[in-house]
Amino acid sequence: MSTATTRRSRPLGVRGIAVRTPYWVFTTALAVLFLYPLVWTGVSSVSPHPGTNQVNGWGFGNYITLGNYQAGVWVYILNTVIVSGLTVLLTLVVSTLGGYAFARFRFVGRNALFLLTLAILMVPYATVLIPLYVILTRVGLQNTLLGVALVLTMFQLPFSTFMMRISFEAVPREMDEAAMVDGCTSFSALWRVLLPAVKPGLITVGLFAFLASWNDFFAPLILITDSRLQTLPLAVANLRGQVQGVVDYGATEAGVVVLALPCVVLFLILQRHYVRGFLSGAFKG
Amino acid sequence: MTVAAPARRITPPRPPRRRRRSAAGWLYATPTALFVLLLFILPLLVVGKMSVSNWPLLGGDLGINAPVNYQKAVLNRFFWDSVGFTVKYTVLATILLIVLGLGLALLVQQSTRWKSVLRVAFLVPSALGLASASLLFYVLYSPFAGPFAHLLAGTGFSFLGTPDAALGSTLFLIVWRYAGFYMLLMLVGLQNIPDDVYEAARIDGAGPLQTFRGITLPLLRPTLALTTVLCVTGSLLAFDQFYILTKGGPDNSTITVVQLIYSVAFQGQNDLGIAGALSVIVLAALVIINIGQIRAFRGRSEV
Repeated sequence: MSTATTRRSRPLGVRGIAVRTPYWVFTTALAVLFLYPLVWTGVSSVSPHPGTNQVNGWGFGNYITLGNYQAGVWVYILNTVIVSGLTVLLTLVVSTLGGYAFARFRFVGRNALFLLTLAILMVPYATVLIPLYVILTRVGLQNTLLGVALVLTMFQLPFSTFMMRISFEAVPREMDEAAMVDGCTSFSALWRVLLPAVKPGLITVGLFAFLASWNDFFAPLILITDSRLQTLPLAVANLRGQVQGVVDYGATEAGVVVLALPCVVLFLILQRHYVRGFLSGAFKG
Repeated sequence: MTVAAPARRITPPRPPRRRRRSAAGWLYATPTALFVLLLFILPLLVVGKMSVSNWPLLGGDLGINAPVNYQKAVLNRFFWDSVGFTVKYTVLATILLIVLGLGLALLVQQSTRWKSVLRVAFLVPSALGLASASLLFYVLYSPFAGPFAHLLAGTGFSFLGTPDAALGSTLFLIVWRYAGFYMLLMLVGLQNIPDDVYEAARIDGAGPLQTFRGITLPLLRPTLALTTVLCVTGSLLAFDQFYILTKGGPDNSTITVVQLIYSVAFQGQNDLGIAGALSVIVLAALVIINIGQIRAFRGRSEV
């Protein structure tokens, strides 16, 4: 970060501490405000509460309720894993090949195709999903996990294609040209030389695709009609109204934890890379 | 955000080689082209057709009936209410997220260890999906299970009980979920402002407020444009948060346009024709609004 070096922390005198205390109090309060809802949900999902499956003492009663919900939570987790896995894989393959094409080749319709890909961002989710419901029904992909993954991949393309294009453009042309002179085909130049060089871009694209597909609500809501094929967000949202019309808040909390935990953990592991990826100038305005 | 064109042009190669590279380029671009064509362009054509056809959810395409769907769409008893509510929500959410995103960014701009911790704390909620965050706040706001339940028990207030409270509570959820992300975009923008500009301002004796108004804001304009367009687009298409948190209530006061489209298509009315007409109207409005925003930001930067 270029701004990082402009202000060095100096040793604080008494006056310095007096000036800084309100700042620390304020920022700590802000941090607590952002973290509190997550921590509260995690804690209360295992704490006793009347009207849930965890009335006396601490324990995992709410998770047991969640586990026994309809087809069993494992089915929904598996569905979600399949959808996210397929989406991440498809997004990585399509955007790597596409980014390579846009960054390194000149072909007829190149700019038009790139702008059309970015235009996906401008179009409302609902505007495309309702006709997609009809189209996927026609080809037998409605009510399938593959259908959902294909649709989610399409929605990922503007960001991922853009990201991979600038990642490839940041690699010196000499690298792949040297490989080609040594007899590599354009594909083996991509596979052996360029792919390792664009790894940060791949991680960012993969992380975004995972977070988006793991959490997506609207696409499965419209495309999936069979309750056994529901993804986790849909199942947890539907779970609320199931138990004799009374909302089981405990099981909902457990569901939120199961939904959020992989995302938060993954984010914390990759956050250094992710924040740096953003700040390293990938998005120069 | 301008899309950087390749900086260098390759020296014009001999014709046969260029043809080969062109063919290879298309080969690599084919998967992208297939996705864009089959899952984006084709649906847009179908939704256009849908909007001028009699097309019940289960009956399929029963032929052209233009412009009946558009008339029915505008005459829907929730149409103007949902447009009004969506616009109100969008204006409030955009102002809140831009101001708070920028505020947080200024707060954590320098990289000290404590500020890195703060940055991560603000960003953690953005790892959650909007549906998960909405479910989380659904419990948090609950008058039975929420942490404030016993405090509010006697007051008669509930987070989702009145139209204004429901809107405010949803806005709080959205700020909680997205403020960190907008902070990150603002940080990228702030980072692109050269240090010597600030240095010059300091030498000229500018105070912090003057520096902010005279340097930071004008030089941040591209970032502000990008974040505003992103935020307006996202908010106009709001669905998950209201579908899960308020279910359009209380008294149908929080129905957004996309919720209206969803309910016309799949809940009760089951009319894809009218839903298609609504979708086309939303798409047209969004394109016009975004062109207007981009013009506005460009126009001002030329002055």
